[in-house]
Amino acid sequence: MFDAPADRKTLVEVRDLKMHFPIYAGLLRRHVGDVKAVDGVSFDIFDGETLGLVGESGCGKSTCGRAVLRLYDITAGTIRIEGEDISTMGQETLRKKRPTMQMVFQDPQASLNPRMTLAGIIGEPLDEHTGLKGSARRDRIYELMDAVGLNRDFANRYPHEFSGGQRQRIGIARALALHPKFIVCDEPIAALDVSIQAQVVNLLEDLQDKFGLTYLFISHDLSMVRHIADRVAVMYLGKVVEVAAREGLYADPKHPYTQALLSAVPEPDPVLHDTAERVILTGDVPSPSNPPQGCNFCTRCPQVFDICRLKDPQSREIEPGRHVACHLHNEPQAAGETAA
Amino acid sequence: MTDATQLDPANEYKPPRNQWLDVWDQFKKHRGALIGAIVFLFIVLGVFLGPLIWAHDAQFVPPVVDMIKLRDTRPIYTVLWESGAKVSWAHPLGTDNLARDYLARMMAGGQVSITVGLAAMTLSLLLGTLIGVLAGYFKRLDGPLMRLTDLFLALPLLPLLLVAVLLFRELLAGALGPEGGVFVLIVSLVGITSWMQTARIVRGDVLALKEREFVIAARSMGTPSRRIVLRHILPNVLSPIMVSATLGIATAIITESALSFLGFGFPPDFPTWGRLLFDAVDRMTLYPERVIWPGLAISITVLSVNYIGDGLRDALDPRIRGR
Repeated sequence: MFDAPADRKTLVEVRDLKMHFPIYAGLLRRHVGDVKAVDGVSFDIFDGETLGLVGESGCGKSTCGRAVLRLYDITAGTIRIEGEDISTMGQETLRKKRPTMQMVFQDPQASLNPRMTLAGIIGEPLDEHTGLKGSARRDRIYELMDAVGLNRDFANRYPHEFSGGQRQRIGIARALALHPKFIVCDEPIAALDVSIQAQVVNLLEDLQDKFGLTYLFISHDLSMVRHIADRVAVMYLGKVVEVAAREGLYADPKHPYTQALLSAVPEPDPVLHDTAERVILTGDVPSPSNPPQGCNFCTRCPQVFDICRLKDPQSREIEPGRHVACHLHNEPQAAGETAA
Repeated sequence: MTDATQLDPANEYKPPRNQWLDVWDQFKKHRGALIGAIVFLFIVLGVFLGPLIWAHDAQFVPPVVDMIKLRDTRPIYTVLWESGAKVSWAHPLGTDNLARDYLARMMAGGQVSITVGLAAMTLSLLLGTLIGVLAGYFKRLDGPLMRLTDLFLALPLLPLLLVAVLLFRELLAGALGPEGGVFVLIVSLVGITSWMQTARIVRGDVLALKEREFVIAARSMGTPSRRIVLRHILPNVLSPIMVSATLGIATAIITESALSFLGFGFPPDFPTWGRLLFDAVDRMTLYPERVIWPGLAISITVLSVNYIGDGLRDALDPRIRGR
């Protein structure tokens, strides 16, 4: 059930990724602390799979996605794409690597330049990385528009003339332009209508089959992640608390936070809805600039015990392909380490 | 997918239309802008081609006897309400106190004023946009450049201009001739003392724009900073630049006239609209036309440029275009 796809090639390998944003305060703008948006995240993404990244708002999902593509200068950690370490690469070297990794953004309105035509938007990556000119460039643009189901007549229109779903297709076409292997989808459906969400997700799945794409699918919509992802990583306050294959995670969540998160998914059956046992968390997410001592979740965890408030749990593989960072699941080792 | 059904095979391979045609189509729809453009074109043509038809020398002062006879002629229309007025068809707009033809002076003055206005505005716009974009986009330059802007805003401009004219006038006059030297001097002085507002507005807009997702998207596909600025930032800050450009022309014309009035601009016999205006102020009650005509010319020029800028701003924005 919890099958580890050990035979598959790792495309993206993220180890101990940290993205801290400094806070400056006072008259002299002194460095007084950091917002630890992403604080030691590790995961692998295998070739051709979809890794869902879920968590509540403000837990660092989007920052993590952007940091993996080096849209920020990361604080620490390594990111390997196709075995190549891009975490310390200069922007100019990175530029040559950009075609392999692309991004689809959350807000399709904001992610398209309002003063460029559709052809200009989809053509931009072609201008940057290929020498395509004139009719060859136009043919490639038409090809991409066909791939995402946009009418070729729309090539001269501007983003404001499209609906939300069409705009998101433009964003996807732009990401596909350079034959990428890895696409970070940063909540691509969050800003869309429910009926359009399904269209866009199906389009993403079709494209994955057609072009052999690998996705990091960031979302807070658990049912959608269940639909599209092969494996799921759950984030809480800048850390990944659990990584597991989809079926295992949804059937038997191990981490108390995952349990709480999954129990919040709406139940359509009214009878089950009334009898469902929900884990209701109390309190708010602590500030990422001042996370609690010990486990990040210890302030709200329903199963908290002493060691949680002292020591940060390390992520351990408790079953093949299943990593959990919780003291409940690695008591012996954790106790041993504290003694040592 | 939803719209793929209405695919028309005839249009399928229609190459993208040049977007400047769309801009022109929208510009034509803006009535104010179109009238403004026609009026401005009319003024420019009149001022530059007019002297070919009305071949009077604007700086020609007749010998003393003629001068006393011809000077202070009123414009031809004065006879409509003052039958005894001194008018002459040889000088439709009258003459000034040295018997120089006023129509010729208006045209010669217009050449200088419009050229100075456009050139100084272009210079201040380029400077302001450059500094604003650099300060907004590159965080490291923000502090130094904005302090420089504050410094320029805090400078007392008029004394500074006077000192600069005194220092450089001889130098430039030697290199480019008396009028050319003063022209370059005035354009550059007005340009480098009026870019600050533009820089501040542009910086603010760039700060907001560079955090927008489409700029991050451009970065994620590896577009270098200079092309992000040219392709994504500049077209989106065009509106405030347009507005400050049209206001800049007025400021430039007026600053030039102030300088000429103080005797630090063009030589006293060299006409510009500002100069004509200031020369006429002393005897305004006797000869109101000498104030009205240059004043009207400045106002209409500024107004028409304003409308052109307004229309251009709308035409360049694809969200407004086509409405």
